[in-house]
Amino acid sequence: MKDMDLADIAGEAVEHVLTYTGGHTRRVYVTPIETPYPHGKLIVSRTDTQGIITQCNPSFVEMSGYCEAELIGQPHCLLRHPDMPAAAFRDLWKTVQAGQQWHGYVKNLRKDGGHYWVYATVVPNVRDGKIVGFTSVRREPSREKVALAEAQYQEMRGS
Amino acid sequence: MTINFTVSPSFPNERISDWYIFNTWLQRALSLPIHLELYNSFGAQRAAIAEGKVDLIYANPFDASLLVREKGFRAIARPEGPPDEMVVITGTDSPAREIRDLQPGTRLACSDDPCVNTVGRILLEPANLGGDNIVEHRRETYIQVARELLRGEADIGFLPVEAFEGFSPLIRRDLRALVTSELHVIRHVFLVGPALAERSEELTALLLSMHESDKGRGILEALGARRWLPVQHEDVEFMIDIISTLNQ
Repeated sequence: MKDMDLADIAGEAVEHVLTYTGGHTRRVYVTPIETPYPHGKLIVSRTDTQGIITQCNPSFVEMSGYCEAELIGQPHCLLRHPDMPAAAFRDLWKTVQAGQQWHGYVKNLRKDGGHYWVYATVVPNVRDGKIVGFTSVRREPSREKVALAEAQYQEMRGS
Repeated sequence: MTINFTVSPSFPNERISDWYIFNTWLQRALSLPIHLELYNSFGAQRAAIAEGKVDLIYANPFDASLLVREKGFRAIARPEGPPDEMVVITGTDSPAREIRDLQPGTRLACSDDPCVNTVGRILLEPANLGGDNIVEHRRETYIQVARELLRGEADIGFLPVEAFEGFSPLIRRDLRALVTSELHVIRHVFLVGPALAERSEELTALLLSMHESDKGRGILEALGARRWLPVQHEDVEFMIDIISTLNQ
């Protein structure tokens, strides 16, 4: 996964280096700008069992700030925001790989360094008894629930 | 052997006779006795499904999930056209301009349409409204839902977009949409049950070519469709995966 490009960033940004499972790293730039969730829409994507994006809907593309070609074939953690604690994603993977649904509030990182909050549900795609991938559906969260999640994640990061 | 056919009760009342005409066409084309049973509620239809009284169905996406995953049905076709969407409506004189303006205690009028109600509840989440802080008025038909609002007995209502847009200008004049879903991913589908599995390819070919004859095209138009399109099994499985997330 390539580092973020400063040329894509809108506004004043803070640099972070994210370390993912497996040890690889990515330089990201983060601004405080939030993009409001579009009312009435669902953001939908699918990944393979390794978390590589195989399919996404127009709302996913629009909110991420990337074009579809930049998303397909990339790991889903392309959207990981440094404010999200790694433990939340560990819990997500552990849950869905065990064949169960996971849901929670997620702050996603946009290509332009901004972010958007979602309420996400991830389900394993079970075909003939085997997990062949995962579907993630995000919807608009309430601001109160986002505030609670933000406080919880801050505490989990120990900052 | 008589085959039992039914249609999700989400269609407008004026299309009842058109579904009987469709059934007559289907019986003749397949040379098979098919009994069409139109249930007047989603609950009654669900009960019939549970009792194994359904072999063929034009199903809403939620019932399709149950039928495919638990009853061995297979989706063979869907109508060409936009996917299923729903709308949260309010009266034109309501102070609410968007969902977040709604307050605990909001009175909701809705039918027992599982699809519309599930999506509607998701659209209320940004206002922190749910089962514990809304007052629900269940009504049997979409028009009764609209009447609740017009009489001031409910603050908001859940309707399929098609039903809302199908109301007369006189009714729509005093109603407006607070939010319309843009899910793009769920649709009604035509399903074949295990009793007709051996003839599903024949039935699929019949539906997919229905628009090619004047008679078939006329029936489709009366039902509000131009043609049937094929559905891939994986597309339906994907739709079901998405639907399973909406109940969380």
